Amino acid sequence: MRAEVRRRDLLAGALACGMLSGCGRAQAAPFPGALLGPDLARGHAIRDGKLPGPTGPEERIPLVIAGGGIAGLAAGWRLAEAGFTDFALFELEDVAGGNARAGANSVTAYPWGAHYLPIPNREARALIHMLRGFGMITGTDAQGAPAYDPFQLCADLEERLLWRGKWQEGLVPTTGLSPQDAAQWRRFDAAMEVFRKAVGRDGRPAFASPSALSSRDETYAELDRISFAAWLAQEGYTAAALLAHLRYSTRDDYGSEPGAISAWAGIHYFAGRRGWAADGAGESELTWPEGNARLARLMAGRIGARLRPRHSVTHVARDGDDVLVDVFDHQAGAARRIRAGAVVLAMPDFVARHVAPAFAGASRFSYAPWVVANVAVSRMPWGPGAGLAWDNVSSTSASLGYVVANHQTSSAGDGPGVLTWYQALSDADPVAARKGLLERGLGEWQREIAADLLAMNPELDGRIERIDVWRWGHAMVRPTVGFRSDPARLAAQAMNGPVFRAHSDLSGLSLFEEAHYHGVLAAERALAHLGRGGESLL
Amino acid sequence: MDDSGDFTGPARAHAAILLLSVLVVATCGLIYELLAGTLASYLLGDSVTQFSTVIGSYLFAMGVGSFLSRYVRRDEIGVFIRVEIMIAAIGGWSAAGLFLAFPLAADFRVLLYAIVLVIGALVGLEIPLLIRILRSRFAFRDLVSNVLTYDYVGALIASLAFPLVLVPQLGMIRTGLVFGLANVAVAVALLFVLRGTRRVAGDMTVALMVACSLIAGLFMAERIQRFSEIAYYGEGVIHARSTPYQRIVLTRRGEDLRLYLNGNLQFSSRDEYRYHEALVWPVLGRVANPARVLILGGGDGLAAREVLRDGRVRSIHLVDLDPEMTRMFRETPQLAALNRGSLLNPRLSVENADAFRWVRAARGTYDAILIDFPDPTEYSLGKLYTVSFYAQVARLLAPDGVMVVQSTSPLVAPRSFWTVAQTLEAAGLQTRGYHTYVPSFGEWGFTLAARTPPTGPAHLPAGLRYLNAVSEPLMFDFPPDMARRPTPVNRLDNQALVRSFAEEWSHYEG
Repeated sequence: MRAEVRRRDLLAGALACGMLSGCGRAQAAPFPGALLGPDLARGHAIRDGKLPGPTGPEERIPLVIAGGGIAGLAAGWRLAEAGFTDFALFELEDVAGGNARAGANSVTAYPWGAHYLPIPNREARALIHMLRGFGMITGTDAQGAPAYDPFQLCADLEERLLWRGKWQEGLVPTTGLSPQDAAQWRRFDAAMEVFRKAVGRDGRPAFASPSALSSRDETYAELDRISFAAWLAQEGYTAAALLAHLRYSTRDDYGSEPGAISAWAGIHYFAGRRGWAADGAGESELTWPEGNARLARLMAGRIGARLRPRHSVTHVARDGDDVLVDVFDHQAGAARRIRAGAVVLAMPDFVARHVAPAFAGASRFSYAPWVVANVAVSRMPWGPGAGLAWDNVSSTSASLGYVVANHQTSSAGDGPGVLTWYQALSDADPVAARKGLLERGLGEWQREIAADLLAMNPELDGRIERIDVWRWGHAMVRPTVGFRSDPARLAAQAMNGPVFRAHSDLSGLSLFEEAHYHGVLAAERALAHLGRGGESLL
Repeated sequence: MDDSGDFTGPARAHAAILLLSVLVVATCGLIYELLAGTLASYLLGDSVTQFSTVIGSYLFAMGVGSFLSRYVRRDEIGVFIRVEIMIAAIGGWSAAGLFLAFPLAADFRVLLYAIVLVIGALVGLEIPLLIRILRSRFAFRDLVSNVLTYDYVGALIASLAFPLVLVPQLGMIRTGLVFGLANVAVAVALLFVLRGTRRVAGDMTVALMVACSLIAGLFMAERIQRFSEIAYYGEGVIHARSTPYQRIVLTRRGEDLRLYLNGNLQFSSRDEYRYHEALVWPVLGRVANPARVLILGGGDGLAAREVLRDGRVRSIHLVDLDPEMTRMFRETPQLAALNRGSLLNPRLSVENADAFRWVRAARGTYDAILIDFPDPTEYSLGKLYTVSFYAQVARLLAPDGVMVVQSTSPLVAPRSFWTVAQTLEAAGLQTRGYHTYVPSFGEWGFTLAARTPPTGPAHLPAGLRYLNAVSEPLMFDFPPDMARRPTPVNRLDNQALVRSFAEEWSHYEG
């Protein structure tokens, strides 16, 4: 099926919409497609306590992982790596992976969320170990730096920016800046370079990835106490193009405006990456058509049948030295109780506070809502200036642009493909934005997405075949001011059993490296708690 | 009969508008004539003949129009307004229409001269009608002087503006549309002035519709230009087709058949034998037993045609991205004649796949591998010239096999040419560059690669048109302007080749 929806139809639709207020929900969708998202029914059933309680005898499983996002999968991977097999991983959704899930059509796979992993820093030891095991690191150079499989690194051209009517390479505008603005930009870059190289008095990098390994030095801790926007103003950064670029960056990584996050998090985006790789590939990214679902699938492969999808963990409570875990099996429609020696609680705090109130919810984390769309096109976009890149961003669009899902695998300049379109709903308060997100229908989203794409690439007119839209109500935890020193968060990290929390929420940064670190750490601590400790990979 | 009855309003304004109309219609009339002549010589070639016949026909048609003016017995100003609207519509759209019709029309000349005659006849009506309308406003002596003065001034404006401003700035399609608007503006101005004295609504509606269509045309001119391949190719387009992957255009001028992909020339039938003999025989001539041959790209079947001459070859596997390309060259008689039915040969199997993906999944080995991809004009194509890609291809090369890579022009883009060799070497192969002169391409280069240095003489079959034991070794000699120079290795994450290629070719083409 092919929908020949043209620009004028969209404009006509938009005009009609303007005249008939609130017509969005009633109007038919202009393209084939589906409205997707996390399983709200299963999620809300936990929140509202609507699932039936356990029946039958208790089952004994020494170690339970509750939640199959990246943190839970990393915990499972770590257990498998240690040769430990007496565990089960319960995941509410049909497919594990959390934000790193994917779809596919006849042309290519495509991500529904996280789509790349920057080349890890030297300190991300467990992650590097895992990538080597997955064949993504193929060797080592004379200095010991990992050599990455070039087919899994992002191919050139990585990024392009639509700036003043023309596409240019990179995301930083290179033309039309006043000398003052260009000087500010250079000053910002130099400041970030200093932070990137900075080491605290405790010998740790000022900004590490995983962030838990960052210096605790007061000089840098101070940056957690003001917002990024306030810090920028205080440092005299006023150039509009620079501030727009920084806003793009914080929305892209944290789903938040510069005023809503701490200066520490804002700077971490620029100063936290010191990718360690042979062949000068340190600034590259690992990426795949299906995005980080590739990593999720490989980790799940190591966990094997111990991974149990369609299972909601409904209650986690301590019972003496043991933990009782109630699990509802959506396929069987029945719940049972598991007695575990240790539990890795690998769920986001907004779920954990309902499931395990004794172990979570002490501090109210806030989450940014996102929309991700996969747009099937019959021919690739192009445009004036630099050719199609992996990541394509417009300086005039409110969206975060689009990533070409088949960038890695295709050598056809034209041809069909899938564009993954990203939007962080950061301009409203997250609660209100989440409400708006759920109220809008498929047609309304499709019109907005198509209009945004056509503004960037008018040649896509008539070439959009399908738009699937995924709504993430709680896409990312927000690194708000003070998150590094939040006592509740520190307490969650410091737990010493038998329940160990593992989630990127604990870092406040919704990044693969963070989730992986907390998953591995929790798994190692749980193993030690069960008397099965060994050498740490961290 | 009193035509001056139409002039009951402020007469001076009417006379001024009408004299100004003379200037406008004279300019427009000459513009249409120049457009037709230019288009004819552009599309049909032989500019002296085209200009001479177009101008002759146009002037003759003007004479016909002047003659016909005698049959206008009433309402001269009404007829004049309608003539203006018609000229605006026909003349204004003439260039766009001729461009669009060129690949479609059975006989383009019939259409061309029909349009020339119609516009000429309508323009021929203008001046006699204007003289009659104005005769009561001026003495006859002043009238003739005024009208002819404005007529010739208009002709001068048109003849200077056309080559100096209009064609370079607006292009032919927009020039036609803009002067169509001038004609319709005359009609609208007169209708506006006359609105109190006669019913103008009907004519006004038509005039405004014509004006709107011309304005819309101005916005669509780019798209019209794109649709009309001829504007781009300047040759007889005999086949044009968009596939999901590319725009395939075939042109023929005389005996010369040319293939363009996305506007880039792929071959000219006049000299492609030079290119394909040079692509194929240095490889096959250096392989002891080329039983299994792989061709990547080359969906036109021309390289396969050469390979099939070699009786030692038992099988050829051809991998080309675009099914439409291989279908055209298999099924279209004149194209299949060019490749001598190579794509139908039982020794050859075709697979339509993206070579970038295909090589990673492919198994088995080949004694000779021919890589004939389009030039690395964009990042996506640049991937097919990377060390990662060549490492995968090398995996498919038999231990004593030899491969060749089409490597752009070593004269125009020496850094790009040698980047290919540098990259093949980084993939663990020994290389040897060579080059030849293909008139339609210019000086063109190839790179041989193998596990051991691909030196030694090539064993060439008899009956080649270009290569023999004397000319083949000469291809390996590089004079200083094409000599090897230091270059980077082209990698997936730096695309050094796409960048140097764009820089060197833009420098060359100025």
